[in-house]
Amino acid sequence: MNTVWTISAVMLIAAIAITMFRLLAGPGTLDRLVALDTFVAVTMCSIGTWAAYSLDTTVTYSLTALALISFVGSVSVARFRVRDTDRADGEPQ
Amino acid sequence: MSGILDVLAGVLVLAGSTLALTAAIGVVRFPDTLSRMHAATKPQVLGLLLVLVGAALRLRGHPDVGMLILAGLFTLITAPVVANRVGQLAYREQSFRDDLLTKDDMADRPED
Repeated sequence: MNTVWTISAVMLIAAIAITMFRLLAGPGTLDRLVALDTFVAVTMCSIGTWAAYSLDTTVTYSLTALALISFVGSVSVARFRVRDTDRADGEPQ
Repeated sequence: MSGILDVLAGVLVLAGSTLALTAAIGVVRFPDTLSRMHAATKPQVLGLLLVLVGAALRLRGHPDVGMLILAGLFTLITAPVVANRVGQLAYREQSFRDDLLTKDDMADRPED
């Protein structure tokens, strides 16, 4: 069973690392918003994997909190952000 | 019986982690905002649900499993809302590539 948890942890860490690239590289605020959403979801996956591995249920409350906070954050950014200028396509500049 | 459930939980967590990794690869590799959002939302929600079901199977019988169910429900309810908002903004600001669309249902709509 330990192999399964190790493989899951490695894949989740790799997912977080490469999502962080998109979060930093952009190019627009919407791309960063999508990357941040993915980032929080992978974090929630990691917390769930940790709960399943360690049988520690104190972290399960943070899962619900993260789900709500990421929703509020994403909707707020989508509503109140400043519009990107001088880019017409999705290509990085 | 408990051994079978533990193995099932491991398989579910592994499948969920794989889906989370594919979502991350899609977010990095895809060319425009709309396809990145498509890559991010679907595998991400399904992967998260698989991990939560796996964790609930492993923690079976514990009262805190209710929090896992709540987290899954909130994700299911809120993910379409965020995807809708982001998709609408991305379309309105033309941050997608026209040559990658096979059909544009909004093309003949007036500006709103």
